[in-house]
Amino acid sequence: MLIGVPKEVHREERRVAATPDSAERLQKLGYSVAVETGAGAAAQFTDEAYREAGAEIVEEARDLWQKADIVLKVRGPEPHPALGLHESEMLKDNGHLISFIWPAQNEDLMGRLRARNGTILAMDTIPRISRAQKCDALSSMANIAGYRAVVEATNRFGRFFGGQTTAAGNVPPAKIMVIGAGVSGLSAIGAGARMGAIVRAFDTRPEVRQQVESLGAEFLELAFEEDGSGEGGYAKVMSEEFIKAEMDLFAHQAMEVDVIITTALIPGKPAPRLITAGMVESMQDGSVIVDLAAEQGGNCELTVPGDVAVRHGVSIIGYTDLPSRMATQSSQLYANNLWYLLDDLTPEKDGQIFVNMEDDLIRGATVIRNGDVTWPPPAPAVTPIPAPPPATEEPGEDPPEKGLHDGIKSVITMLIGGAILYGIGLYAPTSFMVHFTIFVLSCFVGWQVIWNVTPALHTPLMSVTNAISGIVIVGPLLMVSNSSTVITVLATAAIVIATINIAGGFVVTQRMLQMFRKS
Amino acid sequence: MTSGLLAVSYIGASILFILSLGGLSHQETARRGNVYGIIGMAIAIVATAMTGNVTNYAVLIPAVTVGGILGVTIALRVEMTQMPQLVAMLNSMVGLAAVLVAIASHLNPSFELTRAELIILDVEIYLSVLIGIVTFTGSVVAFAKLQALISGRPLLLPGRNWLNLLVAVALLWLAYEFLLAGNGAVPGPSLLGPISQNPALLPLGSFGLLLILVVIVLGGLLGIHFVLAIGGADMPVVVSVLNSYSGWAAAATGFMLGNDLLIVTGALVGSSGAILSYIMCRAMNRNFVSVILGGFGTEGGTITAGIDGEAVATTHEETADLLANAKNVIIVPGYGMAVAQAQNAVSDVVEKLRAGGTNVRFGIHPVAGRLPGHMNVLLADAKVPYDIVLEMDDINEDFPETDAVLVIGANDIVNPGAAEDPNSPIAGMPILEVWNARTVVVLKRSMATGYAGVENPLFFKENSRMLFGDAKESVQTVLSHLTN
Repeated sequence: MLIGVPKEVHREERRVAATPDSAERLQKLGYSVAVETGAGAAAQFTDEAYREAGAEIVEEARDLWQKADIVLKVRGPEPHPALGLHESEMLKDNGHLISFIWPAQNEDLMGRLRARNGTILAMDTIPRISRAQKCDALSSMANIAGYRAVVEATNRFGRFFGGQTTAAGNVPPAKIMVIGAGVSGLSAIGAGARMGAIVRAFDTRPEVRQQVESLGAEFLELAFEEDGSGEGGYAKVMSEEFIKAEMDLFAHQAMEVDVIITTALIPGKPAPRLITAGMVESMQDGSVIVDLAAEQGGNCELTVPGDVAVRHGVSIIGYTDLPSRMATQSSQLYANNLWYLLDDLTPEKDGQIFVNMEDDLIRGATVIRNGDVTWPPPAPAVTPIPAPPPATEEPGEDPPEKGLHDGIKSVITMLIGGAILYGIGLYAPTSFMVHFTIFVLSCFVGWQVIWNVTPALHTPLMSVTNAISGIVIVGPLLMVSNSSTVITVLATAAIVIATINIAGGFVVTQRMLQMFRKS
Repeated sequence: MTSGLLAVSYIGASILFILSLGGLSHQETARRGNVYGIIGMAIAIVATAMTGNVTNYAVLIPAVTVGGILGVTIALRVEMTQMPQLVAMLNSMVGLAAVLVAIASHLNPSFELTRAELIILDVEIYLSVLIGIVTFTGSVVAFAKLQALISGRPLLLPGRNWLNLLVAVALLWLAYEFLLAGNGAVPGPSLLGPISQNPALLPLGSFGLLLILVVIVLGGLLGIHFVLAIGGADMPVVVSVLNSYSGWAAAATGFMLGNDLLIVTGALVGSSGAILSYIMCRAMNRNFVSVILGGFGTEGGTITAGIDGEAVATTHEETADLLANAKNVIIVPGYGMAVAQAQNAVSDVVEKLRAGGTNVRFGIHPVAGRLPGHMNVLLADAKVPYDIVLEMDDINEDFPETDAVLVIGANDIVNPGAAEDPNSPIAGMPILEVWNARTVVVLKRSMATGYAGVENPLFFKENSRMLFGDAKESVQTVLSHLTN
């Protein structure tokens, strides 16, 4: 089957759905690949590079759409500015389209696509199960957006992020507050911390605390108990008291920090208003706010979606195309996400797409199948973090019992040992006791010496003990001169065997020890 | 040589043996330690051979020469991957020698002893034969398993613990009968009295010898059964236990002959093996008794509940890229590396990365491989410097600061289930916490479970990548990508 990759038509969209690298790997799945001329230009991928990767370059968008059995795109279909018709109209009958769709927000688009009798897979409806992480384009894009948010902030911010001690005076590090520790929030935290800023982060879900701290940021806490974890790892709407406490925290922090990056989103709802005009006013001049929720209305009251607004001396960045501003990187990750999805869609690796509706991942992504709307899918059972098993035992009870048990055990062992020693002492003749003393002392010496052996030399230890246990040779040496033939034969055999041990053990130990060298 | 000189020689030899084992505490002093051992052994043999009642040099010298040549030849030819087999074989030799010496002593009792001493001698002969034969047959089976002459899977006879118990009771009873019929002749009622008078036994010399032969058969079966019931990855414990037995066999021989040098050496070797067995058991969080009873990894089946996700495969190019861009790399080898003979290729990769300034280290689990310290020897053989080969406890804290971990042919020793899942059959086993590193690449033939038969959640972690295929070829391909 032929995979077509058209040039994106959305204004200022620089991303592309396939890179030369992914085009090459798609062919390994058995597909042929066609790319519209100039499709990758804005993301720094030339037609030439695609051609070298074995893809065909098609001049006309219309031709490409007509030929392709599977169309890969970034943005959902839109009216084509040059051709004057909607992209969806060009989709081949019974063709496949994989892109972002946002079916909940785009009823009109869903209607148009249904009319094409095709099969549409939306990258934005892939379920949030662990298995689907490799296809999770939302996370890929959010990661880039978080990083880019920090880059945009540094660009607008007039000082260093990291503190420095220079001959011309001390520069304190910048303070960043990140609201929402999802994928983009964590990415922003990481990027900010790497540049040396002091990063504080807030999230309504307490379970992200560890992740925040592992990136070197401080987790801001409310003196208020409420768990904000919603289904599928997203946040949910919080109670009024909680929101009030939260807003107090933000108001307090706004006076202190230099940069605020907000990433708070609740699925299917407008972005919550977290930064009021008053808070913006309270910030120092030259501060920066990056609002990653601008597309859903913004977390800041003064955000202008798609643009930068300067209010009360504070730059409020409301770009909605941050991933597209790093087109090379985002195209690469998005193309990989698509490739993994196609890998799952091509079980036989024969270039034939198979939309298996039994597969949770594919089922979730498929929003239209052969002209029938299949969205929303039945809810899969999602458990991103298994609940800890309830504690069934009182933990405080166990240890003392065990300790007591161990105590009894060691007392019994000592009693038995003592009784045996007493028995031996009572009946054994002196000659035996002399040997026995030596035996017990040797065991102790062995015990002390062996614990000091470095574990790296345990194999040589075994071979050298093999060698010295060949000391049994002393026995047959003393017997070999016996007048009885049977005894001489037995002793000779024992001598040969013991010598093999002695010679073999020492030589192989020496061989091994010679191999150990220092760098 | 006078008996005083002989005693002094034996004391010298004992001290040299202790110094020899003490030398192994550091790599720097280890070689000197081995030389002490050799000197000690030479002194002991020469001093013994020079005592007045040793006259039969015409037999003695050829026997020592033949044994020496055989031993040296084997030691020079053996591959480092075959060390477990070699150790098992050498263990079996000590056991066999102890049995032979015990039989010879039984046939040649000293008549200068008191009756109590003779009874003790009989006990010593009996123990010597029993420990020796169990060591011998057990080691032979262990050798066969390690050499893959027989299957490494545990053989589980129905009611195997009852069988063992039955044999143990029989052996106790035989011990009693042996004391009745032995040189010291303890008085008491015998079940075998009539048989012992049977003239048909006369060619054998004595009724006691017949009993010894029965003990050899029963003890031999016990040794075979004991090792057959133990699976492949428990081999480090088995080999250590047999090593320990070989020491106790030597000590028993020492008691029998009243020879302190043998007692001292046997005790040293016996405690060495016992400590190694203990270390191995602790490293698997297993009870010594449960290892010896065998059958691990056959019950319980696989536990897959709670694993949600998919193992993501990676390519040689990506692995090479990952390694090339990493600052800190830790390699965790397992028995699979030895099987695939990948250690030299691994060493080449390490050399390449270190030349580029990467901090590469190895993390060794105590039970990695089939012998305590097996991985260290293999890596040393492949010219990996020993100071970058670290023990589990020394390296576990460093994983969070590590960019890339390569797991080569290891499974259970990196299974997070041991730490996280209290229901796992390997729960509580100390493990290398590789998943704390940024990225883990697991080199593996397939998705099969490890020795314990437990699903490994590591493969499904977000930061894990699977590199399927033969370890040696994979590492070589990665190396070629690194070189280009």
